[in-house]
Amino acid sequence: MNRQIVKLFAFIVVLFGVLVGFTSYWSVFAAEALKEKDANKRPLLEQQQIRRGRILTADGTVIAKSVAKGRGTEKRFVRRYPEGSLFGHPIGYSFVRFGDSEFEQFHNEELVGEESEFSSILDELTGGTQEGNDIVTNIDTEAQRTALADLEEAGFGAVVAIVPQTGEVKVMVSNAPYDPNRVPYNFSKLSTNNIERPLYNRATQGQYPPGSTFKVVTAAAGLESGTITPETTIDAPGSLEVEGTPLQNDFNEDFGPIALDTALTNSVNTWFGQLAQQVGEEQLFETMEKFGFNARPAIDLPENQVEPSGVFGEDGELLHANDPVDLARLGIGQERLLATPLQIAEVAAAIANGGKLMKPQIWKRVIDPDGRVVDKLDPSVYSEPVSGQTAEELTTAMEGVVSEGTGTNAAIPGVSVAGKTGTAETPGNEACGGGAEENQAWFMGFAPADDPKIAIAASVECTEQFGNDVAAPIFRDVAETILNGE
Amino acid sequence: MTARNRELFALVPVAILLTAGFAAVFAQENAELGNLSLIYGAYFLALCLATHVFLRIRLPNADPYLFPLMATLTAFGLVMIYRIDESLARDQANWFVLGLVLFALTIWFLRDYEVLERYRYTIAVVGLLLLLAPRLPGIGQQVNGAYLGVKIGPLAFQPAEFTKLAIVVFLASYLREHREVLIVGARRVLGVTLPPLKHFGPMLVVWGASMFMLVFIRDLGSSLMFFAAFLALLYVATGRFSFVVIGMAMFLVGAWFFASTVPHVHERVEIWLHPYESAQESGYQILQSIFAQADGGLFGKGFGQALINIPGTHPPARLLPAAETDTIYALIVNELGLFGACGLILTYLLITARGFKVALLASDGFSKLLATGLTAVFAIQAFVIIGGVTRVIPLTGVTLPFVSYGGSSIVANFVLLALLLLVSDRARREAAERAGTVPLGVPA
Repeated sequence: MNRQIVKLFAFIVVLFGVLVGFTSYWSVFAAEALKEKDANKRPLLEQQQIRRGRILTADGTVIAKSVAKGRGTEKRFVRRYPEGSLFGHPIGYSFVRFGDSEFEQFHNEELVGEESEFSSILDELTGGTQEGNDIVTNIDTEAQRTALADLEEAGFGAVVAIVPQTGEVKVMVSNAPYDPNRVPYNFSKLSTNNIERPLYNRATQGQYPPGSTFKVVTAAAGLESGTITPETTIDAPGSLEVEGTPLQNDFNEDFGPIALDTALTNSVNTWFGQLAQQVGEEQLFETMEKFGFNARPAIDLPENQVEPSGVFGEDGELLHANDPVDLARLGIGQERLLATPLQIAEVAAAIANGGKLMKPQIWKRVIDPDGRVVDKLDPSVYSEPVSGQTAEELTTAMEGVVSEGTGTNAAIPGVSVAGKTGTAETPGNEACGGGAEENQAWFMGFAPADDPKIAIAASVECTEQFGNDVAAPIFRDVAETILNGE
Repeated sequence: MTARNRELFALVPVAILLTAGFAAVFAQENAELGNLSLIYGAYFLALCLATHVFLRIRLPNADPYLFPLMATLTAFGLVMIYRIDESLARDQANWFVLGLVLFALTIWFLRDYEVLERYRYTIAVVGLLLLLAPRLPGIGQQVNGAYLGVKIGPLAFQPAEFTKLAIVVFLASYLREHREVLIVGARRVLGVTLPPLKHFGPMLVVWGASMFMLVFIRDLGSSLMFFAAFLALLYVATGRFSFVVIGMAMFLVGAWFFASTVPHVHERVEIWLHPYESAQESGYQILQSIFAQADGGLFGKGFGQALINIPGTHPPARLLPAAETDTIYALIVNELGLFGACGLILTYLLITARGFKVALLASDGFSKLLATGLTAVFAIQAFVIIGGVTRVIPLTGVTLPFVSYGGSSIVANFVLLALLLLVSDRARREAAERAGTVPLGVPA
């Protein structure tokens, strides 16, 4: 029987070998793939055991922090947002069951901390635990508060404020806001509310007709291409026949031959419509793209929460220079042109920065648990849509808008302001309840005009008022708050 | 060095392992190291030493490694269970003591273990009756759809753990007597060697018993374990591999038939093949067990570091279901990694090797078959549950011997160890006498 016993033992060795093989497969070879499985909540639960770093405003106000609950292996950290809905956008939320969004999602790796094999082995030996890094943002608490308060009074919409020279985002507000602390309790309600759409960041996802604010881009294309100089006059009748339908000025006002200053100050449609036709589609699209249209803004937010701006075709696709478009109407911000408040703020910022568009960034510094700055924002140029000279000429024209034109409500006593209003008619807009008098009201600009400190775009949905009435005051309040805080 | 001295020395690393294990768990939980872990280690060592002294007196020639190896597993299991739930560990420690008592009693009263042969039918019948108990109204208990438990007043136990001993004793005895006939009487039919019809009956009974378990008790794991042990013994007794093939074919046909007709068995197989199709319900346990292993990696997360419960749930919801019993192996991979798991499997393999060594040394047929059967059923049990947790075979509710939480399992396995040591003591004494050397231990 001994021979059989030895064979039986050999068989059991083989069986145990199979066990070692399968264990190796699950624990080592297939481990990464298994961690990706939807059914596997372990990676998320483990991340919850790490103290996620705080998110702070530029002045040190805590936007998000993690508080410990339970002990031992039960210990976990839960995200708290002390300021409630003030920073719901653009910071977003981070909860195990509901995932994460916006800034929390984009900067997840830094907030969770480095996880190198070496440091985790070291942690095991020392009994230490992994800790996340803090991130200081560029957000200005007071300006953010001002913007949200103004916007809540004006209606749904968004405000974005950018430092022209660095791209630092000082304000990003979207109304309706939401309190990230409520996400674990109200998630389905928040995500299915199709009227207020609180989880939707209108500053980066709201695609609106930009209206007359876009005339600045048309003017930039004209100046930059040499089609016009600030002195060039174009005859601007009260109405112009374009593609079979008349393009009209407000009240059909006939301005006669005028130059850029007068045309922008009075937001003359027939003037810019003709300019766009003279500039040509290719040049106009080139300038647009340099300003950031036709691409997602290079901001530090997740791709699926940043929408591009541009002319959209029937199936929602972005149109390009060789697609047929109504150039005259595109030149005054109509046609099928849609832009996000962030994009319009970038236009203002580029002009304020002498023609250089900086990449907009919300974060400023990453600080490790020991207080060392491990990374800081290094401002970088996205593009140079216009020359310094063109930028100066545009600034002069935009100053006229605020001092004597359509945007006088944006004026700040003692400070020169450059800007442009916009009022796009959106009759029958379902989001507004389908009213006939609904507008998308805009203001974009920067201050001080001679030494820009801040570029701002404010946009209000579903209002019966004009850009100067609802959007320009928001610009003024936010700009004042920021300038006073300097 | 004498066998007993080797055993004594082998116990030292066991005590160190236990102390270190508890220390690691304490360090994780309280961040301060009390001397409690040392006290636990000392208790454990004292118990092991007492057992060792007992063996020194009663079985001086018995295999010196089996007890320390099993003590290693017990220590390992205690640490893991302590890490899951302190009160469970206290229960388990009590079961460990009870197991040692039964271990001592078995050795004390069964010195002449041939007496078992005389009662083999009684033993077999009692064993099978035990299996039926979980279906009896009033005392039976259903666990995860299988009828595995019996509860009489405060006493709950899993009869299958004891039945496995009864069946091995019966088969060893039965095959010792009939192996010659089975070999000589075998005929070749169509190129296949068949056992003689007259002796085929008892084999059919064993096959029927395991099929019965599949249908009536609904326990695929125990059924597989019993039948595999039977085939192992049959093969060793007769040397006919064809018998094994026939037996396996019969089992597979039966299992296939019942897997497609008995819903509970069918479901187990479905979960095994397609766990992701019911990831939140029936597939949850096996998937979480595999995810826990993936989380462990090569070196594991360390004692006490793995997630067992979903944090923040009250009462705690298990992320790894049945972590102290069925899926304890997954938790071990999670915390100690592939290396720890290999160490564990190696320990089982060493026990198996020592067990078969006992069988090789034994001079009479019953001893050989008894040692083989006990060792095989032990090894197969380890394979069935580890294989279940690693998706080699369907996951079933078999315990990981000496490691899983469970009184019946610990006690039954200590009796198994006692029987092995009894066989070993005699075999080694006789082997030494044959070799002409005087054994160092003085037979009582």
